Amino acid sequence: MSREVFQAAGAGGGARGAILSALPSTRFARRLWPSGALAWGFTVTVLALLVLLPLAAIIVESRGAGLQGFTRSLTDPVCVAALRLSFGGALLSAAVNSVMGLVVAWALVRCSFRGRGFLDSAVDLPFALPTSVAGVTLAELFGPQGWIGGAGARLAETLGVPALASVKLQLSYTVGGVLIAMTFVSLPFVVRSVQPVLHALETDVEEAARLLGASPLRVFRHVVLPSLKPALLAGFALSFSRSLGEFGSVVIISGNMPMRTLTGPVLVFQKVEQYDPAGAASIAIVMLAASLVTLVAVAAIQSKAVRRG
Amino acid sequence: MVWVAVTWLVLVLALPLASVFAGAFSQGVRAFAEALARPEVLHAAWLTIVAVLVALVVNTAFGLAAGWTVARTNLPGRGLIRVLVDVPVAVPPVIAGLMILLLYGRGGWFEPLLERMGVDVVFALPAILIATTFVTLPFVAKEVISVLEESGRDEEEAALMLGASRVQCFLHVVLPNLRWALFYGLVLTAARALGEFGAVAVVSGNLIGQTQTLPLYIERAYANYETVAAFSAAVPLTLVAVLTLVLRGALIRRRVRADAVVNAVPAVDDQTIHTQGGMSWT
Repeated sequence: MSREVFQAAGAGGGARGAILSALPSTRFARRLWPSGALAWGFTVTVLALLVLLPLAAIIVESRGAGLQGFTRSLTDPVCVAALRLSFGGALLSAAVNSVMGLVVAWALVRCSFRGRGFLDSAVDLPFALPTSVAGVTLAELFGPQGWIGGAGARLAETLGVPALASVKLQLSYTVGGVLIAMTFVSLPFVVRSVQPVLHALETDVEEAARLLGASPLRVFRHVVLPSLKPALLAGFALSFSRSLGEFGSVVIISGNMPMRTLTGPVLVFQKVEQYDPAGAASIAIVMLAASLVTLVAVAAIQSKAVRRG
Repeated sequence: MVWVAVTWLVLVLALPLASVFAGAFSQGVRAFAEALARPEVLHAAWLTIVAVLVALVVNTAFGLAAGWTVARTNLPGRGLIRVLVDVPVAVPPVIAGLMILLLYGRGGWFEPLLERMGVDVVFALPAILIATTFVTLPFVAKEVISVLEESGRDEEEAALMLGASRVQCFLHVVLPNLRWALFYGLVLTAARALGEFGAVAVVSGNLIGQTQTLPLYIERAYANYETVAAFSAAVPLTLVAVLTLVLRGALIRRRVRADAVVNAVPAVDDQTIHTQGGMSWT
């Protein structure tokens, strides 16, 4: 389609080009002006219709029930519990992913082992896998019959140790299941933001510290960690934002019990199904603001790191 | 350290992947094939493919237009375009769906207009297409913008000065340079469009055999205790996801090799390939 746009733009030009002066930039800009205007018009139209207008709609509609309605939907105990679970769960899963992501990035960059390239590609699986597929596999894995959820009972039977049956790994339809889903879908962020920084990091300072007698832990804390901090923070924030908004996998694994395993996005979905758009928009605007603020913070962290770097 | 990392990744990645296939084939190959041949599965698959194709076409056009506007013109609003292109990433899928409902749904801003035109948007195909396009909007545009900015205007100016027409310049200079970025952006678009759940779940109405896409079918089947049906439908989506990862790896290798040739870097070790691709998902 856009090829036609450009062709249409070019069609009016005639047998041009022969009389070009040697003033490339301005001449160039002028020559490409019609196609530029068309591209601009198309871009602005799409963005206005698909991004700006919807953003405006959600802001206006969240105020539809007035300030009173807005605070009433947000102070409803079910909503408070859902938001607490979403924010708390997202913080926790981002923390887990920060620690494990750092370990994985370290192994992928600093250690050499067979299958490293394969593992490196595999890290992105949670991004590529549809969230509902992630949801059903995780719910099944941690369900009562699942490989992990049913492991305690199965071990108790095969080993003849009844005590093992009380090992609680059945996390589907519990808060634990929500955390697992959030951790899974946001797994790659920290790895992918730390990896390039770690790769660019010279090892000479670390070696110097080691030669001067610092313990490996001390080298890590005082030499490596400070350089990784911006990347780690950015990865944490991206991970948090993704977990906060996650719906597909969470709605399947959590069981969606109000006050217990119901998350913010699932509550928004339920409000929509109950024809309460103003209530849905009130909760949505809070989550959207948190998500946008987080991503703006990431952009700030990254541009600061680039300027310093 | 390696063992901790490998164990963690195997635990969180390989187990779910394996359990998709274990679940799908738990009642044998026959049950798997029968589950896939159900009319509602075939309809859901068809609907999903339509949504993916539309997302690919719109994103190609939008990505090229946005890239050209930001990197090759000095028209106003370029900074804002750059920011707005990134916004869909920050919007949780359910909220994206809600936004579409507020515009096109019952009591929505466009409802009177749509009613007069007699067009159904919400709980019909158009809403599914709008939702899918919204969530995939950044992928191609970001790739095209970054490549156009990196490559500069020299080649294009040379072509024009040598007498090429604008169309020739676009077809023979701009497009070939953009080829791989465009392809990579489209791979990400297809992967995301294929699996989109939250936004589509809100706007489609999830009507079996009508507005139910494959990811929605999987959720519904699993909720109805049809485990084999859910996992069988998940198999094709999982295979595409794995294919996406393979393609992504190949494209990153290609880009690093191309950089190495241009910069006359003597040798590219495995490490550079995996960490300097410079391609992002988000």
